[in-house]
Amino acid sequence: MHNSAIRPITNFNTPPLDDRSLYLRRQCIRALDGGGRGHLGSTLSLIEIFRVLFDNILDYRPAEPDWDLRDRCILSKGHGCIALYVLLADKGFFDESHLDTFCHQTSILGGHPERHKVPGVEASTGALGHGLSIGVGMALAARIKGRNNRVFAVMGDGEINEGSVWEAAMNAGKHRLSNLTAMVDYNKLQSYGTTAEVQNLEPLANKWHSFGFNVEEVDGHDVGALKNVLTRLPFKSDRPNAIICHTVKSKGIPFAENDPTWHHKSRLPPEQIAKIYKALGAK
Amino acid sequence: MRRTCLDMVYELAKRDPRVVFIGSDLGPGVLDQMKTEMPDRFFMEGIQEQHLIGMAAGMAMEGYIPYVNTIATFLTRRCFEQLAVDLCLHNLPVRLIANGGGLVYAPLGPTHLAIEDMGILRTLPNMTVVAPTDAEEMKRFMPETLEPPGPVYIRLAKGGDPIVSRDEDGFQIGKSIKLRAGKDVAMIATGVMVNRALAAAEVLAGEGIDCAVVNMHTIKPLDEERILNLAGTTPVLITLEEHVLAGGMGSAVSELLTDKFDGRPPVLKRIGIPDAFPHEYGSQDSLMETLGLQPPEIAAAVRRIAARPSAA
Repeated sequence: MHNSAIRPITNFNTPPLDDRSLYLRRQCIRALDGGGRGHLGSTLSLIEIFRVLFDNILDYRPAEPDWDLRDRCILSKGHGCIALYVLLADKGFFDESHLDTFCHQTSILGGHPERHKVPGVEASTGALGHGLSIGVGMALAARIKGRNNRVFAVMGDGEINEGSVWEAAMNAGKHRLSNLTAMVDYNKLQSYGTTAEVQNLEPLANKWHSFGFNVEEVDGHDVGALKNVLTRLPFKSDRPNAIICHTVKSKGIPFAENDPTWHHKSRLPPEQIAKIYKALGAK
Repeated sequence: MRRTCLDMVYELAKRDPRVVFIGSDLGPGVLDQMKTEMPDRFFMEGIQEQHLIGMAAGMAMEGYIPYVNTIATFLTRRCFEQLAVDLCLHNLPVRLIANGGGLVYAPLGPTHLAIEDMGILRTLPNMTVVAPTDAEEMKRFMPETLEPPGPVYIRLAKGGDPIVSRDEDGFQIGKSIKLRAGKDVAMIATGVMVNRALAAAEVLAGEGIDCAVVNMHTIKPLDEERILNLAGTTPVLITLEEHVLAGGMGSAVSELLTDKFDGRPPVLKRIGIPDAFPHEYGSQDSLMETLGLQPPEIAAAVRRIAARPSAA
């Protein structure tokens, strides 16, 4: 837990991506290639966050996506939806062949996720700064009902420029929602350039702490570290939780990492797709 | 009307465990009884409309029916994206109780007037927009708000408005009420304009102009059947609303006639607020007079229209 004057953590000893992380990324490229477009950079920074949530942390039933007692996981940065789609397909919420139809006219998988179309998607997002408020409502509902399910809202670093995020944060702090966890995919790049240049967020951990959260920072690509921090939830019994996940935009594709021009890509030529697959360990 | 509406939230909450109240920094003492008896379903939160709409959406996704209450203009302009995405796109049963619809806050100036609220909300799919005409109608209307699967906007008047609704007419969302029959002119009014239309009709009756008055309490979904029927049987239709002319109930009627009326079109005149921020203060009544929304100005406008040869 942070108290004051926190120095942002920037140096991690990130382990190399393992086979599962590479496989999940190749599935993302499959969707991106199928749709001829997608928010590549914003998707690939999210992979380990969703992998650990769905592999190790969340309680859910793929055959019964509306199961009352499930943990709710909201992708607030809706443009990173390919990462969520890949994990939902991987867990059997829908057949993975849908990934090939990403953004097609009649696909269930649009360029931003929709609750009434995709099994496992909790909220239709895309406009930024909505997910945490919805999460607060869900967490309050769980409290009224006396249920133990937990609520997660995964946000982008650019997204938290939105004032509504901080309205929600202040209110979550007031209600001491220990069943709510705000996760920030802190890849340090927004559309135009670095967050440091466009809208500096630091001291970010201090901000969440001062809004009433218990805060942890973690290497967002270190599966072991993510598991460790997420299994310790709630960090305290009477405060909401914030996890700042330090990540790399376009993680896993060396020639695209940390390059803002890879935030969104469309019509990548086949040779470029092949290069990406190769970088991601395709045989 | 506001007091009646909030009392009804308490009554509904007593009999339906899905009902939740969310206020945005309202006056002291609001719904104290509910707060005492049902503290887990009473929320008095800060001045954070965007967040509160999202929070209400989250609760509605979990099976609750949240009633969110604050000043109309902050509940519409401020958080329009949340209304569109969180409530309408998800089609969730959140109720928006909007204090001070129209010119109620006249002395507080243009930042507090809600004069385009119905117009912007009726552009949103799945949204229901209702402006009850008096406190008695509010009593009949509120139990109906438990039913619709999507969001409902409830436009509140100032309070103490003349009671012109009748118990025997009941209340059904989307079904207008004919309060007065007439063959020369049909006045279609919403909210507190209904009592002004009735007063104007009374004056005009003495002059030999026979006016029907319809209480169009629901702007969306519009009572198309009633309007098309009036258009086929009455030579002059006049819409009356405490709202800007652009996009309001008069616009909705005009669009309907353009799209769906196949007969000889009636003369249609819209009475409402012109396309300018009102730049005076005073009171709701005095501002309505200036803007031509009181019975004498309405009667004068009807006289002018009814005298046209095309209205015969």
